Amino acid sequence: MKPSPKNNGGHISRRWFIDQCGVGLGAFALADLMQAATDPLAPKPPQFPPKAKRVIFLFMAGAPSHLELFDYKPQLAKFNGTLPPADLLKGYRSAFINPNSKLLGPKFAFAKHGQSGAELSELLPSLAGVADDITIVKSMVTDAFNHAPGQLLMNTGTQIFGRPSMGAWVTYGLGSESRDLPAFVVMSSGAKGPSGGSQCWGSGFLPTMYQGVQFRGSGDPVLYLSNPPGIDASIQRDSLDTIRKLNQTRLDVTGDPEIATRINSFEMAFRMQSSAPELMDLGKESKQTLEMYGAEPGRPSFANNCLLARRLVERGVRFVQLYHESWDQHGNLVKDLKKNCKDTDQPCAALIKDLKQRGMLDDTLVIWGGEFGRTPMVQGGDDGRDHHPNAFTMWLAGGGTKPGITIGESDELGFNVTKDQVHVHDLHATVLHLLGFDHTKLTHRFQGRDFRLTDVQGNVVQKLING
Amino acid sequence: MTPIVLRLTHHVYWALILIAPHAAAATVDFKRDIQPIFEKSCYRCHGPARQLGKLRLDTNKAATSIIRAGVAADSPLYKRLTGAGGEARMPMGGNPLDAADIDKVKQWIDQGADWPDAAAIDKTKHWAFLPPQRPRVPAPGGNPIDAFIRARLAEEKLHPSSEAAKATLLRRVSLDLTGLPPTLDELNAFLADPSPRAFDKQVDRLLASPHYGERWARWWLDAARYADSDGYEKDKPRFVWFYRDWVINAFNRGMPYNQFITEQLAGDLLPNPTQDQLVATGFLRNSMINEEGGIDPEQFRMESMFDRMDAVSKAMLGLTLNCAQCHNHKFDPFKQEDYYRVMAFLNNSHEGSIAVYTESQQKQRAALLQRIREIEATIQQRTPGWQERESRWESGLKLTSAEWTVIRPEVDDITDGGQRYLPMPDGSFLAQGYAPTKHRVRFIAKTQLENITAFRLELMNDPNLPMHGPGRSIWGTGALTEFEADVAPASEPTKTTKVKFVRASADIDLPEKPLDAIFDDKSKKHRITGPIAFAIDGKDDTSWGWDNGPGRRNVPHNAVFVAEKPIGFPGGTVINIYLKQNAGGWNSDDNQNCNLGRMRLSVTTSTNAEADPVPAAVRSALAIPATQRTPAQSAALFSYWRSTVPEWKEENASIEALWRQHPEPASQLALEDRVSVRETHMLFRGDFLKPGKAVTPGVPSFLNPLPENAPLNRLGFAQWLTARNSPTTARAFVNRMWQSLFGTGFVPTSEDLGTQSEKPSHPELLDWLAVDFMEHGWSIKQLQRTIVTSATYKQSSNVTPELLAKDPYNRLVARGPRFRVDAEMVRDIALSTSGLLSPKIGGPSVTPPAPEFLFLPPVSYGPKAWKVSNDEDRYRRALYTFSYRSVPYPALQAFDAPNGDAACVRRGRSNTPLQALTTLNEPVFLEAARALAVRTLKDGGATDNDRLAYAFRRVLARKPTSSESSELLALLNRSISKVKPWELLDVKPEWASVLPASPEKVAAWTIVTRVLLNLDETITKE
Repeated sequence: MKPSPKNNGGHISRRWFIDQCGVGLGAFALADLMQAATDPLAPKPPQFPPKAKRVIFLFMAGAPSHLELFDYKPQLAKFNGTLPPADLLKGYRSAFINPNSKLLGPKFAFAKHGQSGAELSELLPSLAGVADDITIVKSMVTDAFNHAPGQLLMNTGTQIFGRPSMGAWVTYGLGSESRDLPAFVVMSSGAKGPSGGSQCWGSGFLPTMYQGVQFRGSGDPVLYLSNPPGIDASIQRDSLDTIRKLNQTRLDVTGDPEIATRINSFEMAFRMQSSAPELMDLGKESKQTLEMYGAEPGRPSFANNCLLARRLVERGVRFVQLYHESWDQHGNLVKDLKKNCKDTDQPCAALIKDLKQRGMLDDTLVIWGGEFGRTPMVQGGDDGRDHHPNAFTMWLAGGGTKPGITIGESDELGFNVTKDQVHVHDLHATVLHLLGFDHTKLTHRFQGRDFRLTDVQGNVVQKLING
Repeated sequence: MTPIVLRLTHHVYWALILIAPHAAAATVDFKRDIQPIFEKSCYRCHGPARQLGKLRLDTNKAATSIIRAGVAADSPLYKRLTGAGGEARMPMGGNPLDAADIDKVKQWIDQGADWPDAAAIDKTKHWAFLPPQRPRVPAPGGNPIDAFIRARLAEEKLHPSSEAAKATLLRRVSLDLTGLPPTLDELNAFLADPSPRAFDKQVDRLLASPHYGERWARWWLDAARYADSDGYEKDKPRFVWFYRDWVINAFNRGMPYNQFITEQLAGDLLPNPTQDQLVATGFLRNSMINEEGGIDPEQFRMESMFDRMDAVSKAMLGLTLNCAQCHNHKFDPFKQEDYYRVMAFLNNSHEGSIAVYTESQQKQRAALLQRIREIEATIQQRTPGWQERESRWESGLKLTSAEWTVIRPEVDDITDGGQRYLPMPDGSFLAQGYAPTKHRVRFIAKTQLENITAFRLELMNDPNLPMHGPGRSIWGTGALTEFEADVAPASEPTKTTKVKFVRASADIDLPEKPLDAIFDDKSKKHRITGPIAFAIDGKDDTSWGWDNGPGRRNVPHNAVFVAEKPIGFPGGTVINIYLKQNAGGWNSDDNQNCNLGRMRLSVTTSTNAEADPVPAAVRSALAIPATQRTPAQSAALFSYWRSTVPEWKEENASIEALWRQHPEPASQLALEDRVSVRETHMLFRGDFLKPGKAVTPGVPSFLNPLPENAPLNRLGFAQWLTARNSPTTARAFVNRMWQSLFGTGFVPTSEDLGTQSEKPSHPELLDWLAVDFMEHGWSIKQLQRTIVTSATYKQSSNVTPELLAKDPYNRLVARGPRFRVDAEMVRDIALSTSGLLSPKIGGPSVTPPAPEFLFLPPVSYGPKAWKVSNDEDRYRRALYTFSYRSVPYPALQAFDAPNGDAACVRRGRSNTPLQALTTLNEPVFLEAARALAVRTLKDGGATDNDRLAYAFRRVLARKPTSSESSELLALLNRSISKVKPWELLDVKPEWASVLPASPEKVAAWTIVTRVLLNLDETITKE
């Protein structure tokens, strides 16, 4: 499909100078030379033809239990209440529990679904309905077992603060296809904010225009979007026209092309003032669509955010990330998982169906997962699990992934990965590959060194890729 | 096809940044033309670190096999670069070299491939690794900066620009030196001053302004990664504003840079350090702290060490060290061992906080302590032979009666609430990591003792606790809700019997008082602290507390709990001891814990066990023979003794009253050296779980040697950094100074002058400034004065298309600087030109308006406090805005303010729609527009023309042109009929009388002033 029904991509900055700004000819000649400097968000082609053009990352912060949702372990049920084998725990570090705690069998029933026969928990009935559209990876591993470092690693490829997030890298590499909205949008739902804070969508050492912009599910979607009280659209337009004229006069005097960019920024701000509320207005969606997601206009929820994610990518937004922080089940495993799945299962499946029916799933990559998994060992009495980095599950859909397959295996207890291990770095390499980048070549020089999302690691997971 | 497009974009980008300075020379010179190409594109795989295909291109001997001198077409080197001859093109897997570079290589080989031996790369001889020498000034007389700049311009066949208009200059230098635009009075005075020294006088005035320190403090705080919160998940508020104020004062006082560095690295190690010098060590403590539940504190202590190495190397050393955390530096000659040897200087400190007092509090405190001493002196004068009485009392004082056995229990980690109880060598436990506000920890001890009669709990100080503890609250206090125990025979550890305690005693029994507001748990219960009996009363709302007020609360205590019946089974006993600590508040993601900090448990079989009533400090003084005691020890002894003498009841009461007037200190994170040196190990790939060999403190051999007699601690490290022969310290500083005044440093990567950095645009000028800086006593103000009084600085910043094309980033400085000011100045300009700005300097950080939801889940991890200020704190300078690392203040974040996660010596300078939305619609910017409108109507003159000129000059320091005037006046006139005044002005109609004009007029002017505050020029230094 076309990048966006709302615009035709292309060279925003240059055309915009001519059409809208009436910027002086001298300055325009410069615009050619200065394009890289004045419009760093202009759309850029990747290194090779991509399979995916945009990403929706459903970040299940807090770390969902793979053992209750995706990775069924009859042996874990069998050995429920017994201690894990000693050699399994050698060198193992856990966050809260003594690793030598009793094993805890899975709390929910599993069944096979779809032609693919994907084995899913009873908590995920809606996802079961699209089992043949997703790719399940049961062999994820990470290096971190505390939330903030784990979320940073999943988002930035390192546990160190100050590195660009995946969304920032992708925007840096591909630019934006929206003239009216930011290229990288972040929304949150759930009980808490993400442990990694705004660094999860930060731009690190990349220019700050690549960082994620937080949208809010109610009120002003973007900070300071509304005119102040007493200033209506006509005064705002009149004021902006005056600002533009004075800025242009100054551009003529000083010759500084940065002023042209400033003019451009103010105009995009003005456009965003109408495009963002339009975007957020779920009242425009059909009743059927709202029901499919379980979304209710005016009531912020993960379901609303999923629907908004579709509306965002439709409008050319490159990278959308939805945080739902509520998966840290040290206790209340049964009750909280039921609630979390009730809140998220239907909208996740609806998003896939909706993208598919609109022909957007082919080039939109959807990623679902948290920062790590949970221990096969119990925490507390018999209703909790601790953090576990050695094995966990994520799923992907669309964007050139191979649908209807399951990749990787963990051992009988869901403790270690035994087949087709996929490290976070490998996931990143694969995502960049789907977007048309060799992950070793999407680099930025900082402090005398070329940095990349995958640092010095990462292998593309070919099994994940369609065709 | 697409890769080419991308490449072209990058090509343009790099061309713009790099400004290829030399046209193709007739003769290709290896060192000048070829080696940089190799260095950029080849050495990563064929250099000193790696030799793929057994090839290295860093020495002439090693490369002869691939070069056929005189015949490029036959040389494998050339063929591989072009991809001719069927073998893989080089660089393997990368983009090909630029055609111009390949051509240079061809010419060079064709010309004979002259590769002088002397060109062999010795990375240790990189320019930035050799101490700077004062270079000859090209044209003596005048400001040497101009001589160097003009010499280079002449080479480029460029001319300097003429001097900027006076008004522009004053606005430029005012923003640069104080971060604030000039007031109208300042502007008028300068314009009216015909003296040839008029500008210099302004520079003197600005350098002496108290706001100078604020502007430059913010600049340093970037490098110091300053923030008011811990970072990571909890991101709790922390107490570091004393450090921020120390930086402001240091700049204002003109502290020499070498001293500035030394105090921050090692203020505590200076002889008799002042409070200020201890506060300065907050620099190193600005690292983030992870206290999410389930962490290993040592892991994140090491993360802090890495962060400190990064901060020191970026902010002070100007070299990137952190690559060497995991392996030898690939490009610079740093070895991994060098990294850990440097770290060994820094790796020997406790991490706590100290109690700090403002200047007036310090005076108050000194007066109070003096008064106490006077009262004690009066007692002594009035009491002949008091010394004999005291020693009689002393000899009559019984030693602690019971014999105590320290038990070393295990901690049941399910019960620790996520807090780590670290066992210490003396049998005590230090509480670290996450601090739950309510928990009941179980200690499990095994003993062969029988007839145990009582338990003792000692609360101890520790330099890693807030204000040295002994608790974990922000004041180092804590509370014990309940002391409980049960016992079982060792053979049947689950067959427990609860121990009944019949008596408890402690060295401190304070009267009952409600818990402080920060411990509010929202239960609305009457929760209190009080005497030790509260710890065995079985009630959850009463706790034993020891908060005896500021000045006396951070001392050790002990309590004894006597069991009803002797304890102990033949064949061994398991004792479970429970310390219930429930006095904390509702939000464990905030500073609301009231936990014990360091504690030790003992048992006794003696009968009649009692807590030792004598304070620990006195007890240790008693252990020393009277003649050998220090005056302080003797005084402590006397103070305790006189408090027990009934006949001095009145004096004792006076002294108690004085203590109650003791000022409440603030807290500041600081460093304190450990007595026993912590061993530093190299870490395999930087992993703290994989320590390698131990290393001693030392400096990289290719930099200046450690000064003779320098101690092997942080102080010695500071002496090394600030030595005259340090090659990078002064250079890094003047380079960053140049960057902040002109936009880009001589070396664009201010954080790294190492071999991977670009060559300086003006190497001689960089060295001249560095040497001049050091030789003028490292005076920052002198350095700034030298720069801003140069003709180079004073040039007009207008640019022609030709000059822009040749030098888009103004590296050659053929014009003055013009760029958008830093985030803080964007806000400060609006506040100051509108007259709202509070001039108050220093103090706790403030909370101006911000959307509340940012500080609440699901945006913030936990709920954060943000009570919007409605007094002058609403309009303080931006550097005082409370900064949560995980929730940056949005109006500053939009303009690229760093959030303090890591040291930053070079900010981005973006230009985005979110910035436009901020200055257009953010409430404080609107308040500024309103205030400016009101002021304009009050003071701006009689006509709209006058008023416009007034407002315009306040904001931009220049008069509007006639076309600018007519645009703005037209907007004014159009707006009068359109605005909704009451909504825009946010006042009630009955207040109309206080407005300087009709509400419609004020509102219409607000539309105009809002436009003024939103101009590009307003937020730009021209």
